[in-house]
Amino acid sequence: MAWTKQILRVNLTEGTVNAEPLNMEWANEYLGQRGLATRYFVDEVDATCDALGPDNKLIMATGPLTGTMASTGGRYSVICKSPLTGVMACSNSGGFIGAELKNAGWDMVIFEGQSPTPVYLHVENEKAELIPADDLWGKSVWETDELLHQKHQDPQLRIAAIGRSAEEGCLFAAVVNDLHRAAGRSGVGTVMASKNLKAVAVRGSKGVGNIKDPIRFMRETADQKKVLAENAVTGTGLPTYGTQVLMNVINELGALPTRNMSEVQFEGAHDVSGEAMHEPRKSDGKPNLTTNGACFGCTIACGRISTVDKTHFSVADKPEYWGNSGGLEYEAAWALGPDTGVNDIDALTYVNFLCNEDGMDPISFGSTVAAAMELYEAGDINSETTGGIELKFGSAEALVAIAELTAKGEGFGKDIGLGSKRLCEKYGKPEFSMTVKGQEFPAYDPRGIQGMGLTYATSNRGACHLRSYTVSSEVLGIPVKTDPLETEGKPELVMAFQDATAAVDSSGLCIFTTFAWSLENIAPQIDAACEGDWSVEKCAEVGARIWQLERDFNNRAGMTAADDTLPQRLLKDAANAGPAEGRVCDLDQMIPQYYELRGWDSEGRLTDETRSRYGLPA
Amino acid sequence: MSHVIIGTGPAGVIAAETLRKRMPEAAITLIGEEPELPYSRMALPYHLIGDIQEAGTHLRKTADHFAQHNIELLQQRVTTVAAAEQQLSLNNGQTLSYDKLLLATGSKPMRPPIDGMDLPGVVNCWTLADARQIIAGAAPGDKVVLMGAGFIGCIILEALARRGVDLTVVEMENRMVPRMMDEQSGGLLKTWCENKGVNVLTSTRVNAVSDAGGGQLGIDLDGHESMTVDLLISATGVRPNSELVDGIVDTNHGILVNEYLQSSDPNIYAAGDVAEGKDFSTGGYSVQAIQPTAVEHGYLAATNMSAGAESLHRGSINMNVLDTMGLISSSFGLWEGAESGDETTLGDPARFKYINLQFADDVLVGANTLGITQHIGVLRGLIQNQTPLGKWKAKLMADPTRVMEAYLAHRVP
Amino acid sequence: MQRSLHIDPGKCTGCLQCEMACSYENEGAFNPAKSRIKVFSFHDEGRYVPYTCTQCDEAWCMQACPVDAIVVNPITGSKDIINDRCVGCKVCTIACPFGTVNYNSSTGKVVKCDLCGGDPQCASACPTSAITYIDADATGLDRMRQWASKTDTQAAA
Repeated sequence: MAWTKQILRVNLTEGTVNAEPLNMEWANEYLGQRGLATRYFVDEVDATCDALGPDNKLIMATGPLTGTMASTGGRYSVICKSPLTGVMACSNSGGFIGAELKNAGWDMVIFEGQSPTPVYLHVENEKAELIPADDLWGKSVWETDELLHQKHQDPQLRIAAIGRSAEEGCLFAAVVNDLHRAAGRSGVGTVMASKNLKAVAVRGSKGVGNIKDPIRFMRETADQKKVLAENAVTGTGLPTYGTQVLMNVINELGALPTRNMSEVQFEGAHDVSGEAMHEPRKSDGKPNLTTNGACFGCTIACGRISTVDKTHFSVADKPEYWGNSGGLEYEAAWALGPDTGVNDIDALTYVNFLCNEDGMDPISFGSTVAAAMELYEAGDINSETTGGIELKFGSAEALVAIAELTAKGEGFGKDIGLGSKRLCEKYGKPEFSMTVKGQEFPAYDPRGIQGMGLTYATSNRGACHLRSYTVSSEVLGIPVKTDPLETEGKPELVMAFQDATAAVDSSGLCIFTTFAWSLENIAPQIDAACEGDWSVEKCAEVGARIWQLERDFNNRAGMTAADDTLPQRLLKDAANAGPAEGRVCDLDQMIPQYYELRGWDSEGRLTDETRSRYGLPA
Repeated sequence: MSHVIIGTGPAGVIAAETLRKRMPEAAITLIGEEPELPYSRMALPYHLIGDIQEAGTHLRKTADHFAQHNIELLQQRVTTVAAAEQQLSLNNGQTLSYDKLLLATGSKPMRPPIDGMDLPGVVNCWTLADARQIIAGAAPGDKVVLMGAGFIGCIILEALARRGVDLTVVEMENRMVPRMMDEQSGGLLKTWCENKGVNVLTSTRVNAVSDAGGGQLGIDLDGHESMTVDLLISATGVRPNSELVDGIVDTNHGILVNEYLQSSDPNIYAAGDVAEGKDFSTGGYSVQAIQPTAVEHGYLAATNMSAGAESLHRGSINMNVLDTMGLISSSFGLWEGAESGDETTLGDPARFKYINLQFADDVLVGANTLGITQHIGVLRGLIQNQTPLGKWKAKLMADPTRVMEAYLAHRVP
Repeated sequence: MQRSLHIDPGKCTGCLQCEMACSYENEGAFNPAKSRIKVFSFHDEGRYVPYTCTQCDEAWCMQACPVDAIVVNPITGSKDIINDRCVGCKVCTIACPFGTVNYNSSTGKVVKCDLCGGDPQCASACPTSAITYIDADATGLDRMRQWASKTDTQAAA
């Protein structure tokens, strides 16, 4: 079992909160979290709806292993239609609120409609109520967190909230939980704001039980924790350096997108790397990194807990930012650093704090700033447009100033909040936007890692590394080493990764375990916990079904094969340095085979045969 | 050496056991006048509810516990103490000599100066015998008045409510548990009880009780209509049981003791509810009448009574924890505040949560809580350690719920 | 040689595996809210502090219990709650100056760490050895007891 088998349906228009039994038939086909919530979503939401209108829904969903002792079993996802991409949004977060929700007795919460006035949802076990949040509207995530903790007099209350950026319509606003974990991508926070839902505050004390075979589950999870501990990446690399372990590695590989992806190596990479976070700084002799921190149940603990140098220009007169908070992780560090050409680790850390404080996706924010910098340097915008900010590549001051504006939706920050695609269109240079389906790229240049090109182009939520992290194979050799510059075999690799990832994302576990685990390690844990058969084959099939379901929704939302592409820069302009020098991303060599493998027609649509093979709704 | 302890509550029993540990050869006699094995009044409400049998109230669980420790347990009433002769007389005519005497005679319910308090149908809730009478007398549907919403009154509310009686609480003061809770939390407690169907009349006196015939009582109330009820439970407070040594040792509210729990007669000690012992928070002497203080007194008195050891009493912290129909409240130390101290309050009346902290400089000196059950012991820890809170004081002033963090910040290196 | 829990906050990552292991052992479900060991997070300082009963010699809880429901485990030295005896009066929860005895309203009894009878699950589950179960001498137990003695009203002889 492991599911609580209860879901909470919150109608924001009516102000009602109701419990429903979980559809166990769907649970058997879609497992939980990403998959199961998507099944509910496609059943209930018209794909052509306005993402920011009352017909969109927003689901917070846990997996069957969320809240259990399985390592990393603390994840939840936020599912809705994205205002940034117009297709499925599914953002995954760790922290503690997912497990708390499960402990309160809920597998997922479905928010529908639109509240006439700001509200937040308070859940205490079976008791769930919408409470007016007029006093919280206009407050940052951090202020909201503090106020709710005080109001409910419960230090253990777990809170997810949106910040001011979301309220101001920033299209890449995140849902931030536990102060610095985020369901970050695709503007899920913007959707939450459109529903006038400020926060979700949860306290659960019912416990997560219903384990099918407790003895086997405890043994399996204990064995698999050993595997994580003994693996070089999950046992040493990630705890020590976090995902920032990658900064220097990817730079050396010539796959570190730099200055709005115009280059593939960054001269200042080391300054903003995981290694640099350990180096004592001059002012107080302390390193940027204080310690590593874990999400719920995670035995890897890759989280960075950092401080900004108190003497740094960004915070010198702002003591409220002198304490510790969530520090730089690789994708954020890359977007705020190499992609904007800024090598100032304190500026990056501070801006990362701001992203958490006001709920912005740092990848999309950094990438959009990078695009704006290119627009500025090309003369398409000027200091008048930016309100006096000299928006040049490499300017930490500009990055900081823009972040402060975007967080609050003020001045030119309003334009940044449009995201890179709309910003570049607005100023007449759509080719400067490094996006797929309107979502900004993460930190791997597909010219140097070809499989990531196909990953980005076909990802169901726009450019994203977390839909099939072939970096594992192409760079780190996990589970097998493939040549990053080779396209052959990549469609199979990408598809297998996409399917496995969809299964992992639906289980309640963290994708970072897959540096050490494959489905061979994961399926037995699911099988010991959940009723039914959860063999490796079944998990892979469920993953594939989820992928097809998401794709089917996206097609209905208007997405076509033409959207499965990359910016011209990556397809036409060759890499200028490093091992990939002279290469472009050879996407067209991979797409047709990928479609065929997926059972899609040349327009990228599911064939009827494919739909029936996976038992998808017509 | 011969030690005699009068009183079989926690102070007396702990003292007897402590003496036995320290003095394996001494003669130890423990005298109590109630017919049962030594039991705990704290447990009586749970007996009233029916959660436990009478045996569950016993302080020690084996019948031969005292015999096994070579402690002679006498179920007799002590009639006189002859201090000069170091001798006491028992109800059965027996006399006993002592080298050291410990008075752990506890307290007894106050009897308010109201007409009719001796009528049948008026009961206290103090002894097992009282509990039996309440169990027998409060049938479902009966009208019952509980006079006094103090600690004892509140703690038996649930038991009464669960018996299905039609219950009215009458309290003289303006709020419930006035000696433990401030106005806000005492007020919330009243709302809580009312929500649970209990009629609560605060700032109300019982003027008189009369026989209404048919086994019923007439209750004449100040400012409210008179009532006819089946049972009146009097819980208007307790007072020390010190008559036995009136004129023999110095007394005030209770028996005055020094920092060794020794009375004005060097051979006579006092402990527990009957003793006016040192208060940690005020440095003065007062009767606390609470379980933890009784235990502390019993242990310390026995240590000082046994040869070769002196143990100074730094004073006990007055503290209480109370469960009123499921709403848990607590108070510690100077919960009413210190002179020129600071206080901070956070309340969520809708959810029956409340916390108040009192500081002197940057030291926590008192606290009141409602609806909080986790880690509340650290309030005692912080008060008793007189922990200088430093920067944490400001944090607690801003958010008093962070008390566990404040504690750990100073507790764990 | 008696053993005791040794806690090194510097090694803790705040993952709460200990809380799950504890609640699973004692409550039969993964339920941090019911764990006898709690990890406190100091967000500003970037610090996590696991915290539970030190099984202190003073045994404030045991002394304060009016019904003899807390006893010393002769094998482990832990102070154990006897559920059948506990009436739920909560006096131990205010008596323990460490705040490590808590009331569980769903059972009407108090709970505290009993070292799982000598095989503390929190220590087994801790991935970073922030919690270990080792010989009492080596645990810094003395230091903790020293602190405890400061709390002792009876110590200033």
